[in-house]
Amino acid sequence: MAKFILKRLGLSLVTLLILLVIITLIPNIAPGDPARKIAGGTASPERLASVTESLGLDDSVLTQLGNLIRDVFTLDFGEAFTKPGESVIGLVGDALWNSTQLVGFALIVVLPISIGGGILAAYKKDSWVDRTIVNGGLALSSVPEFVSGVVLLAFLAVPIGFFKVSADAPEGASVLTQVNHMILPVLSVLTVYFGYIARITRAGTIGALESDYTRTAFMKGLSTPKVFRKHVLRNALQPTVAVIGTQLGYLFGGMVGLEFVFNYPGLGRLVLDSVRGADYPVLRGGVVTVALIYMAATLGSDLLIAWMNPRSRANVGADA
Amino acid sequence: MSDENSHDAPDQAPDSSSTAVAETVSDVETVNDLDDEPEFDEGAGTKAQIKKEQRRILFRSPGFIIGVVVLLFWLLASLVPELLTQWGPKEFVTDGEGNPLVRSKPSGDAWFGTDKVGRDVYARVIYGTRPVLITAPVAALLAVVAGTLLGLTIGYYRGWVDEIISRIIEGILSIPSILMAIIVIFTFGSTRPVIIGTVAVLFTPTVTRTIRAATLAESQLDYVTAAKMRGERGLFVITREIFPNVVGVVVVELTVRLGYAVFTIATLAFLGLVGSNLTDADWGVDVSENYELIVRDIWWPTMFPALAIASLVIAVNLLADSIQKATSS
Repeated sequence: MAKFILKRLGLSLVTLLILLVIITLIPNIAPGDPARKIAGGTASPERLASVTESLGLDDSVLTQLGNLIRDVFTLDFGEAFTKPGESVIGLVGDALWNSTQLVGFALIVVLPISIGGGILAAYKKDSWVDRTIVNGGLALSSVPEFVSGVVLLAFLAVPIGFFKVSADAPEGASVLTQVNHMILPVLSVLTVYFGYIARITRAGTIGALESDYTRTAFMKGLSTPKVFRKHVLRNALQPTVAVIGTQLGYLFGGMVGLEFVFNYPGLGRLVLDSVRGADYPVLRGGVVTVALIYMAATLGSDLLIAWMNPRSRANVGADA
Repeated sequence: MSDENSHDAPDQAPDSSSTAVAETVSDVETVNDLDDEPEFDEGAGTKAQIKKEQRRILFRSPGFIIGVVVLLFWLLASLVPELLTQWGPKEFVTDGEGNPLVRSKPSGDAWFGTDKVGRDVYARVIYGTRPVLITAPVAALLAVVAGTLLGLTIGYYRGWVDEIISRIIEGILSIPSILMAIIVIFTFGSTRPVIIGTVAVLFTPTVTRTIRAATLAESQLDYVTAAKMRGERGLFVITREIFPNVVGVVVVELTVRLGYAVFTIATLAFLGLVGSNLTDADWGVDVSENYELIVRDIWWPTMFPALAIASLVIAVNLLADSIQKATSS
């Protein structure tokens, strides 16, 4: 197991390095003067110079990459353009904390419902329950989250005062109020992920249910709940765990539209605002943070799967 | 390297790629005709039967029919919008007596109501089809062509090139594509070619990964070994032996990516990153322009373009799903 962890960790570091190379290259291969584009067409020469400097575009690409790597390992991305005196890492930290609350609440709601739905669909395979869960889930999850957000706003938040238009609770609100404000965004996350997670869980569960070991378990007279607990779930949920691992990064950084609709100050919103305000340091810090979360999450889910299924430890890196 | 496409020759890219696809598709057919029949007479017969059976399953599945109908409607709207609506997207609606209608509820005069400046929401939904239906298919097609070429190559040859490209793919995928798109569009400018190129480049890794896996699986089968032992060159084995057998995967991938492309481009438009003129009809832009009115219970200028996006993405996904089921049956 130790060898597996080490190998897997090495792989994550390589991926991170490649991502940093890509982030460094993007402004360098852009046509024209990226500093001018970022600062805006009407920027003053001083501002232009400061933008160029903070991008490090005067340095060689290798120096830029070195600086970025140093920034990542010291977790210091300098100062924000648009908010002088505020460190990027402070802004990113605040947004990260907000995102963590939203994602945490969303996972508590979404995971049991989706996994339960998937298992139910597998258990009732080919019945109308199965078809409703699979097809309804597919339709819902293909809708962009800002669209479902807008629909929820119009049909729930506006006519029913209980649901809040903004996900951001007022300062000093009680936990209950905060939760109340997050109900609609979490419902929106549910529409995106229910179909996806339920589908994967269903496929895994069907595979496990049709296997020899499950048949043996039933034949030796174990009760259905016991068979599920001891034999089916451990194997059925491995793909689900893998998917959740890869989707965590998306939950933290990809819900830009959702955070925008519900006015929630999370990581996605931070990145979007930094683009609109042409705040490159914040943009870079936010993006790297999202990537770090993704890597930690996939690492975590791989370790969890390795623990669930020792055989998977053998082929680290085989499936790129 | 595919990054260069997005700004070097954005105008030529779509054309060249679509002809490339046409060529490869006709290749496949000739391969099936010439290659399979003399060698495995029986095999060709059953193969045709399987294809026929698959088509029968496909044309009978309700998902496919609904998907095609919805898609055809939006296609019609994008080609001849003036057939479907009497108002232009920028015209101000008036009632029977010539009074302007602003923010009026859906009614006989304006089926979907009018927006905050008095334009017909229905007309804007119809005219708003075009920007999505130009950008999304081109982006998806580019991604699938590039990803198929890459995936076939690295999946067949393996080795260090495969190792490196697989790592790069991991790197790109470690960031939500919408976030990556925001950065790229931010630095490259939000023109239409940039958006198409960005979405294509961001979708290429996923396609590559899928095709690579399929190629890997095919490479281990006997017919590939046989071809190698006959002394065929790698290029021949890839294009004539493996490719015809992964075409199903490619088609599924194309429809799936089309759905995601609509999803992504609509989201980018909503976030204000498509740079189109704000008065031009565009679903995503119209949602973001009007959604603040929702709290005042003026839901129609937002809701209808939002539902249009939803219907298009769902239709494409239904298609993808039914094609996938048919090819795997």
